Amino acid sequence: MTSVLYDVPGPKARLYSLIGSAVGILIILGVLAIAVTTLAQQGIFDSERWEIFYGPMAPDVWSLIGQGILSTLAAAAVAAVIAFPLGIALCLLRISLIAWIRIPTQVVLEFLRGMPVVLMMLFILLVFATGQFQAVVVGLTLYNAAIFAEILRAGIQSLPKGQREAGLAIGLRSFQSRMSIEFPQAVRRMLPSLVAQLVVLLKDTSLGYIVGYEELLRKIQIMADFLGPDFLFPAFFVGAAIYILINLTVSRIAILIERRGSKKAAGGMAPMTIRTGLEGTGNDPVAQNVVPGAENPEKK
Amino acid sequence: MDAVIASLPQYWDGFLRTLYLSVISGIIALIVGTILAAMRVSPVAALRGFSTFYVEVARNTPLTIIFFFAAIVLPRLGVKFEQFEVAAIIALSSYTAAFIAEAVRSGVNSVPVGQAEAARSIGMTFIQVLGFIVLPQAVRTVIPPLINILIALVKNSSVAGAFFVLELFGYGRKLSNDYGDQVLWILLGVAFFYLLITVPLGLLAHFVERKVAIAR
Repeated sequence: MTSVLYDVPGPKARLYSLIGSAVGILIILGVLAIAVTTLAQQGIFDSERWEIFYGPMAPDVWSLIGQGILSTLAAAAVAAVIAFPLGIALCLLRISLIAWIRIPTQVVLEFLRGMPVVLMMLFILLVFATGQFQAVVVGLTLYNAAIFAEILRAGIQSLPKGQREAGLAIGLRSFQSRMSIEFPQAVRRMLPSLVAQLVVLLKDTSLGYIVGYEELLRKIQIMADFLGPDFLFPAFFVGAAIYILINLTVSRIAILIERRGSKKAAGGMAPMTIRTGLEGTGNDPVAQNVVPGAENPEKK
Repeated sequence: MDAVIASLPQYWDGFLRTLYLSVISGIIALIVGTILAAMRVSPVAALRGFSTFYVEVARNTPLTIIFFFAAIVLPRLGVKFEQFEVAAIIALSSYTAAFIAEAVRSGVNSVPVGQAEAARSIGMTFIQVLGFIVLPQAVRTVIPPLINILIALVKNSSVAGAFFVLELFGYGRKLSNDYGDQVLWILLGVAFFYLLITVPLGLLAHFVERKVAIAR
């Protein structure tokens, strides 16, 4: 790792750094130890509390968890599949040359982006009297389509002007130029942000818990209610671990795509890259492809 | 429509509580996030490791899970809260801090290398380089994404409504129970109050982006 923020440490600084690391680790271990002993005193680690995961109850428990995972993934998948084309359509309307199409779309997009997703879900659930699944999917779809539209718009705006001009000059219509020249480049350029937004979408399915959709967290709570309060912590622990694992996996995939994408982009069409000397520090979409105002408009 | 007018006091109360949650959590998250970002670029390996771990896990945990932990699991483990607002603030700020840390870190990365090198060459220490040279310049690039994170924070505070805090979303649920026949207007009212916070913040982000953004 190269860093410009501090000198290459000499023997003394290395010693201090080592001591600092040791102290830091000790503090973290200490806090963990206190937490673990307090938990242990309450019998959290007693084997009968965790028996639900391997004892006679285990098949039922795991099948409930499995159903939870499936309904989480189902909502995310359906929402993502609908949201993407809808996002493209909204983006096209948003950058339309005709003012009475462009401006209403802008208002709608601002409205969708400015509202909490969970409020949209509740709105759809109560006003349109749909099922929970539909409410979760439609809420996620509308919100994320708006975000996709904004990301794509930022992508199109970040293209050199000459791209569109060249398209128009060879006789393409405005719409043709958008579809065959600008969109493909914008999608490639914005791929990291788009995939990052997919991770957000997956995370947001957990909001379904609030509107009563039986996703993973709700299943966990149902299970804990059924089994009794003693089992709340074990059930929650396993549920949260599964959620985090799924999300981490998708995030990893996103980072892989991003790396491949940025390589391709560097080969074909050069994105605006700023070399900071700190690239080695981690996976940082912002440092790799700097497009003004484009990095992940809504971080959630 | 009359239901909305009749419940204006509740709306106002919820609006203020949403603001309160967002402002307090925002301030805590800004402080913690900046410290996390500083740890992430620091020479001490343990600090870097801890910060990386925290940011990765917090960013990949759904907010609902964090709220569930703070408001339902923690009390069962013996951590009792006088008010559920405290649980909400803990959940919101620990979640948002991770995003702020990432934004600040990429801001630090955007400061030209020469700046830090020059600072070091005149003998500044790590803390001085970061505090006097790099962070003040990073602020410029970081402000627009930070405002976006704060907008997300305002919207995220709605999750608190599902965990026993009567803020805007909480009142929305309560009122739509009370006035079952006017749900549409009740919820549009809630949406209006959210937009009252998020739209101006969005415009501000846009404005700042144009004003402050400098082509390096």
